[in-house]
Amino acid sequence: MCLAVPALLVELNGEEGLADLHGNRLPVNTQLVPGARPGDWLLIHAGFAIGRLDEEEARETFAVLAELQAAQRAAAPEQADSARQEAPP
Amino acid sequence: MNPPEHDVRKSLERLAAATKGGRELAFMEVCGTHTTAAFRCGLPSVLPRHVKLISGPGCPVCVTAQQDIDLLVEAAGRQGVTLCTYGDMIRVPGRRGSLQEARGRGARVHVVYSAMDAVALAQAHVDRQVVFAAVGFETTAPATAAAVQAARRRGLTNFTVLNSHKRIVPAMQALLERGAKMKDGLGIDGFVCPGHVSVIIGARAYLPLARDYAAPCVISGFEPWQMISALARLAELAQSGRAEVINEYPEVVSPDGNRAAQKLLDEVFQPAETRWRGLGLIAQSAWVLRPAWREFDAQVRFGLTPPEDCEPKACLCGKVISGLALPTDCSLFGRSCTPLQPVGPCMVSSEGTCAAWFKYSWRQAPHRPLPILAGASP
Amino acid sequence: MTTFTTDTPLRRAHVEPAAFNQIALAHGGGGQLTDVLLNSTVLPRLDNTILSDLLDAGVIGQRIGALALTIDSYVVEPLFFPGGDIGRLAICGTVNDLAVSGARPLGVALAMILCEGLPRAVLERVLDSIRAAAAEAEVHVVTGDTKVIERGDAAGIYLTTAGVGRIPPGRRLHPEHVQPGDVLIVNGPIGEHGLAVMLAREMPEVKSVLRSDAAPLAGLVGLLLRRVPEVVFMRDPTRGGLAGVAADLAARCGWHVALEESHIPIRPEARHAAEMLGLDPLDIANEGKVLVVVRPRDEAAALEALRAHPLGRAACVIGRVEDNRDGRCELYTTIGGRRIVQKPYGEQLPRIC
Repeated sequence: MCLAVPALLVELNGEEGLADLHGNRLPVNTQLVPGARPGDWLLIHAGFAIGRLDEEEARETFAVLAELQAAQRAAAPEQADSARQEAPP
Repeated sequence: MNPPEHDVRKSLERLAAATKGGRELAFMEVCGTHTTAAFRCGLPSVLPRHVKLISGPGCPVCVTAQQDIDLLVEAAGRQGVTLCTYGDMIRVPGRRGSLQEARGRGARVHVVYSAMDAVALAQAHVDRQVVFAAVGFETTAPATAAAVQAARRRGLTNFTVLNSHKRIVPAMQALLERGAKMKDGLGIDGFVCPGHVSVIIGARAYLPLARDYAAPCVISGFEPWQMISALARLAELAQSGRAEVINEYPEVVSPDGNRAAQKLLDEVFQPAETRWRGLGLIAQSAWVLRPAWREFDAQVRFGLTPPEDCEPKACLCGKVISGLALPTDCSLFGRSCTPLQPVGPCMVSSEGTCAAWFKYSWRQAPHRPLPILAGASP
Repeated sequence: MTTFTTDTPLRRAHVEPAAFNQIALAHGGGGQLTDVLLNSTVLPRLDNTILSDLLDAGVIGQRIGALALTIDSYVVEPLFFPGGDIGRLAICGTVNDLAVSGARPLGVALAMILCEGLPRAVLERVLDSIRAAAAEAEVHVVTGDTKVIERGDAAGIYLTTAGVGRIPPGRRLHPEHVQPGDVLIVNGPIGEHGLAVMLAREMPEVKSVLRSDAAPLAGLVGLLLRRVPEVVFMRDPTRGGLAGVAADLAARCGWHVALEESHIPIRPEARHAAEMLGLDPLDIANEGKVLVVVRPRDEAAALEALRAHPLGRAACVIGRVEDNRDGRCELYTTIGGRRIVQKPYGEQLPRIC
């Protein structure tokens, strides 16, 4: 379930904003993402912003993927995992 | 975010490497958007033969009990009512037909994109009673909570919701619980966790599944390469016997989730037992309105009582979404149950497991080399 | 707009037709439910050898020089949408059905059903658009009819256009001529008409750069047929989208049709809008696109001819007919996977889940 698309917040008026991706501009309610500012990438679901895209994290994903590939070549794939996993207590 | 093609290939190689020579592995996704994404890109056709991707109870339309659909149709038929619904629900058949059919009989049924659209409609038409069909998991429920709060702030007395919001983790727990009681178990080796539900509930929400049931959980995005990568990770965990929760969608999913959304959910809703199509009653699996918000409950406002639930005979949907049967195992599939005339819940939504099977792969196609397209590309 | 369509995969899958006692909106969606409606009510009563061919236009008068005859009704809400309006649609749809049948449009008949209370200015705007589109298509509205109905829940105007066109001697475009090896070409990016209309209707608050692609294709197709007289078959992917015409083509020619996802042109804004609405771009209506089937030897010439016309600049090969008699259409996806392509079921609705 739960179709959501990323879009760039371009305007904000109180909680109501306007988000854009590829020239589709849709109104979004930002009350679930307090502190959202124009210039933020938001995840939009059913007219609501439900989260903010973390560019640091996004970069980290790709970095970890690259790391994984390198690790795989070195035939030790597990070691790269530890960065983002949570072991059960 | 489209990675170069080699990332898909690399992930597939990882998956193949992790499963090589091992036993058959079955992983379950619990998100209709995962189901659709997987089938649309032909994912089943590229997976190694001994890896199965099962679609669990992740399509909110499919798991909405027949009695809840009947209530919606009844509400839509009431004098002066305008029923607002997401497009997903409109074709789902109850015992007295679907909302689409109710509209054909003259009922006012509006498709909305946002719960706030329904509030705005109520504000603009004070002579109508606007009832919002609130379906969905944690991703969608905060929007309903926000709508109810907005309606109170605006002093609207003509806005109510018919609520069947659900919580995904109790359903996953119920599957594992029931599986543990069965002789051969459920045969699920891990979960591909729903990326956008996880935005709200956070990665930690799955820890009990890993801790209490030893089920590996990997949170995944919706691009094909992300899903393949999640499967590879699950295979690695399963083969090495590690039950962990791994967040492979960290650009939007945090360990604790969206606290503002959680707070809003908690203000308006409380967990309760509810009925799922195909799975029956599951404790703590619903978000119901707290007593302080009862005035916005359409069941209370219109004195609606849910009819007795009855599920279609011979339908295997309950087993399908538990991962115990394939759509093709069902005697109804493709015969009396089709997307044109759905019988069971998994066929009613385009995201349902049976509908996706029917639409995209009514037979498992044998592997064949890709056709080579000479000449122009776009 | 496709006049009548059928869908054999339905029967192949041994699916009993959905019984219905009353018409639902989805019966008009141009998908499998429309087929059910036609096959169970219209065709048994009106069947003849020309109608049962179920092509975009009926071909009549073979002995005296073949004529193509087509008719379509237009019900669209809103009447005006980015890139077009009901008037432009009514001309383009009918002209395109003639064009893809290999016919040069000769004239169009126009029937208008107007709702009581319709503002004169709205009617004039629609008529101006009809005139402009007809001029673009180099065709005249030569006869017409007008009726007014009591104000109901109506959008205001319904149009029906019939068109007649001449087919040069010897030309017969038909799916039965399709052979393995044949190449599928589309003249540009898909999905834009359906998405523009759906956004305007369902999400008017969304402001999009997306515009309907509604355009008369007679010029483009005329150019193609002059350069490549041996075109095998053509169809305009209107309601039901590319998926609808490709699945239909496979079913009718009996061969396997393979589409290559990475070659199918879609603009980013259309892809994103489809994603937002939860729709498959392949299922979405086009009003200025044509799917062309040519022999492999004609591939380069056909692409060159199409690209020489403003409406075919982005023409490209999107698939092939394969030597496998299963009558199915399959998509080879960007990740190297495969999946079946079927005609969509009924009306397209935005979803959030």
